[in-house]
Amino acid sequence: MASVAPLAAIAAQSGTAPDTRRGMRGAKRYRLNAFRYLIFCVFGLFFLVPLLAMARFSVEGTRPGQFSLSAWTQIPSYPGLLSAIEITLELALLTCAVILLLVVPTLIWIQLRVRWISRAVEFLCLLPLTIPAIVLVVGLAPIYNYIRHYNLSALQLFWVYGILALPYSSRALAAGLGAVDLKTLSEAARSLGASWLTVIWRIVVPNMWQALLNAMLLTTALVLGEFTVAVTLLYTNLQTALYYISRDTNNAGVLFSTSTGALVFAFMLLMILSYVGRRRRRRRG
Amino acid sequence: MTSPVTDAQAAPTRAGVRVRLDGLRRRYGAVTALDGVDLTIEPGELVALLGPSGCGKTTTLRLLAGLEDADEGRITVGGRDITRLPASKRDMGMVFQAYSLFPHMTVRENVAFGLRLRRAPRAGRDRRALEMLELVGLTQQADRYAHQISGGQQQRVALARALAIQPTVLLLDEPLSALDAKVRAQLRDQIRRIQLEVGITTLFVTHDQEEALAIADRVGVMKEGRIEQLGPPTEVYSRPATPFVAEFVGLTNRLAGEVRGGQVTVRGMTLPLVDQAVPDGPAIALVRPEAVTLASGVAGAGGALAGSVIGVTFLGATSRVSVDLGDTTVLAQLPTSEVGSLPPGGHVTLAIRPDPVLVAQDSQAVPEA
Ligand SMILES: Nc1ncnc2c1ncn2[C@@H]1O[C@H](COP(=O)(O)OP(=O)(O)OP(=O)(O)O)[C@@H](O)[C@H]1O
Ligand SMILES: [Mg+2]
Repeated sequence: MASVAPLAAIAAQSGTAPDTRRGMRGAKRYRLNAFRYLIFCVFGLFFLVPLLAMARFSVEGTRPGQFSLSAWTQIPSYPGLLSAIEITLELALLTCAVILLLVVPTLIWIQLRVRWISRAVEFLCLLPLTIPAIVLVVGLAPIYNYIRHYNLSALQLFWVYGILALPYSSRALAAGLGAVDLKTLSEAARSLGASWLTVIWRIVVPNMWQALLNAMLLTTALVLGEFTVAVTLLYTNLQTALYYISRDTNNAGVLFSTSTGALVFAFMLLMILSYVGRRRRRRRG
Repeated sequence: MTSPVTDAQAAPTRAGVRVRLDGLRRRYGAVTALDGVDLTIEPGELVALLGPSGCGKTTTLRLLAGLEDADEGRITVGGRDITRLPASKRDMGMVFQAYSLFPHMTVRENVAFGLRLRRAPRAGRDRRALEMLELVGLTQQADRYAHQISGGQQQRVALARALAIQPTVLLLDEPLSALDAKVRAQLRDQIRRIQLEVGITTLFVTHDQEEALAIADRVGVMKEGRIEQLGPPTEVYSRPATPFVAEFVGLTNRLAGEVRGGQVTVRGMTLPLVDQAVPDGPAIALVRPEAVTLASGVAGAGGALAGSVIGVTFLGATSRVSVDLGDTTVLAQLPTSEVGSLPPGGHVTLAIRPDPVLVAQDSQAVPEA
């Protein structure tokens, strides 16, 4: 459940178009801005109230009206929880890397060489959205039986997470790539002596930072909040670890402190990434 | 024709090289974009490819650049066969029709990019970049980004960037077509000046005949994937090899006439033919507007060559007069000073200078130039 809030917030953030309203007249812009702030406040409250309640609960003392940080300090004492956090963060990194290394070159290749399959690929990338996670797992179980035969680490979940993150990240990346005149720029670079790798690294990537950041953010958020696949494939990640704790203890505090921690982490990531993106844009604009 | 003037400052270490295209063919599905293109560009020469849309100019250039693969044929540069060499290894400078500066780099970084890829030391490439910017007159803008300079300036930076790597060949694909008329003419002359200064072998693609004639040592007129005629601008203009070339390069009047014994008779006037071997019979004579002169009033020959003025288009030093001959309309191009006495509706008598003319069979397809 902890995953829902950041995902929605991120989607809202990544969907904002670059400012095209510069030429608008005063009154209209004022009304638009007022409307924006209104929406922002409503949604902000909608997301913030449960979050604050959660954070508040995590510092609840033993008696009403008392505060205590014990729920936070207890986190390390739960066996497996720290390692679950660690593995989830590693999974997030790994999935991001796989997604970027796989999707960016593929999209470039499609746009330059095999335009006609772009529709089919787009459709394929969106498929994971329409397939319920549980169905996906049923299909994947035999493969994971095989993988488990060789390697038990929950890091192996990155295969599925890559697929699950594909719809979001490929959308973000395609949007970013679409804003670059890929054909002309790559040909110019090629004629100046750049290899394809150089074209991607020196020309394409620097021109789609915002999209890369968005894709990474969406992927990270997805991995931090993933539960179904991990629990059905019997791996331990952050969410499943929390679930086991909630089942085995009656200490709800630590659940909430960890969830709040995960959320705060995701939010910080969001802020940092969007700040970096904005700074880059300002430096160029 | 061109003696490469080597300017000590801007000089590349490489002199111009000879480029040869041999029987290049390229198909896109059912479309034959190139149908056997042969072309030799002499060292330091500027050849302009001219032709209507879709005739294969860009394809020729892209094959030479290595951005597209030939189905058949051979490309040699300086005696070396580069047909199978990838674009990144060809050392060719290219300027595109679309703005192609890298948006995340400053003007200076753009120009230095090719040198950076060649791992040139920083000081050296900065110096070279500034030299190139000096060559195109943009040192002031060195630290701006592409979106902070005008379109014409962007194309000049693109030219500087292409030249910075000391390419063997310079390729220009309609680099001026996105610019307005005045900037266009200026930049065209600047490109030519720089090309002569650097002495680089250059292929220039355009669909604008004035541009091609003004800038090139030789002009190649293309039609449906082949080069129809290749020659110096004056020759292509005054002695077109085919009716297509005549029509595409400059405006042409089409007048019905009769060929007999190496001459064509048009409305009572006899004109010599470029090609003496044309069989006798009815034909269409292609007459340049400059070869038509006008006298006011209905005098002399009268009859078939008498008509009335429909309109006058002022072009500056010359003006173009369209004359209604009853069954057809003829364009005449005259010095503006002679046009004053020709009010619309006024009666005039035509004369045609006896320059050699081409004839077209009626059925021959002719482009809308
Ligand atoms: N990538 C491609 N795929 C399919 N057909 C192509 C492709 N590139 C060129 N063609 C076709 O090849 C022919 C020649 O194209 P080319 O771009 O060389 O023309 P052009 O002389 O440069 O025309 P323009 O003056 O309009 O730029 C055209 O009929 C075009 O439709
Ligand atoms: Mg073209």
